[in-house]
Amino acid sequence: MRIIVSPKDGVPIYLQIVQQVRRLVASGELASGDELPSIRVLADSLVVNPNTVARAYRELEMAGIVSTSRGLGTYVNEASQSTAHAERRAVIIDRVDSLILESLQLGIPFGELVELVRERHASFETGDEAGVSCG
Amino acid sequence: MKRGCLVAEKIVEVHDLVRTYGRRRALDGVSLTIERGAVLGLVGQNGAGKTTLIKHLLGLLRAEKGSVRVFGLDPVADPPGVLSKIGYLSEEGDLPLWMRVDELVRYSAAFYPGWDQQYADKLQKEFGLSSDSRLGTLSKGQRARAGLLVALAFRPELLLLDEPSSGLDPIVRRDILGAIIRTIADEGRTVLFSSHLLSEVEQVSDRVVMVQAGRVVLDDDLAHIKETHHRVDMVFGEPRTDAPAIDGAIAWEGGGKSWSALWLGETVQLEAAIAAMGGRIVHTSGVSLDDIFVAHASEGAR
Repeated sequence: MRIIVSPKDGVPIYLQIVQQVRRLVASGELASGDELPSIRVLADSLVVNPNTVARAYRELEMAGIVSTSRGLGTYVNEASQSTAHAERRAVIIDRVDSLILESLQLGIPFGELVELVRERHASFETGDEAGVSCG
Repeated sequence: MKRGCLVAEKIVEVHDLVRTYGRRRALDGVSLTIERGAVLGLVGQNGAGKTTLIKHLLGLLRAEKGSVRVFGLDPVADPPGVLSKIGYLSEEGDLPLWMRVDELVRYSAAFYPGWDQQYADKLQKEFGLSSDSRLGTLSKGQRARAGLLVALAFRPELLLLDEPSSGLDPIVRRDILGAIIRTIADEGRTVLFSSHLLSEVEQVSDRVVMVQAGRVVLDDDLAHIKETHHRVDMVFGEPRTDAPAIDGAIAWEGGGKSWSALWLGETVQLEAAIAAMGGRIVHTSGVSLDDIFVAHASEGAR
């Protein structure tokens, strides 16, 4: 499991771990039934406080993404199809929220934002956008 | 990992501690509790009172006013009761430089009843310390590792590290941080470490105490500190010569129409205040502990 934490980031470290695990589940890199490293192992490799990792795992468990059975480890939950889909949506919802917020802060009306999204999407379809990767 | 009992045991209790050097108040009414299993990062500028506080915990200084309890004991009245459970490493190291590594290990093993020779051997190997090296001839980094070995090998209940990684290279610093992490992960022990390297503090602490001119200016859960501090960028309709005066703003920078605030609390309150002054928020982001520290330090200096 590839996770990178940046202590200088404004985001608390436990949240950085939560967000990255969610992303790994959303992208399918972590599939249902996969085992997460133990708290000690992950704390050791990231050089972060084990309490921080424990907190991240608790949040992931409360969000229904993983299950922990005492002494057996922490596993990505079943129902992966819908979980992965829900996670993909959650990742995008986060981005959409900040887009809406930033538009409001910049004084761009919501209608104009929606129009912009359509325009940009159209430019992807016609291939006008440079640097779009396929596949 | 051990999570301790339901009512967390208080390992350190400092209450209203005062210490003066001449006319200067090095500690000016400091209160602090550390519960078992916590990793507390003590931050502050040089001369803020960090080392003075740690010396009180070790019983090297007597409380002028207020009280200090470690494991429920007065460290000045009962040095063996307290010191036998504290692993201590300071910036200077305080090691007998004429000793060889194996002599230091034997000497320390005799001193601490709980010495774990297997663990000491493991650490010595991990740190690449050869038995016949004289401490005085070791590099600064290797000397710090030797000090760390002694501080850890008797498996102390409380690990006190005073600027442990000051002046050391990143690899030794990583060893020290790794040792802190393994200490609590393996045994649920308690750690207090002071550092001016805030990224280190962010990495391993679960609580941060900031001292400024002998006073505690911030004492909170690290994640909570980060969740409640925001950087808020805003623009005003008209240029301003002074930063807006709004309660909750710890620091301001900017000029003209563009200003940026370091804000403690919900941004909703700030939004209303800014709007009332004819401005609006254009961007909100998280803040590193470094920036939070600088803001609180300059606020305290005002």
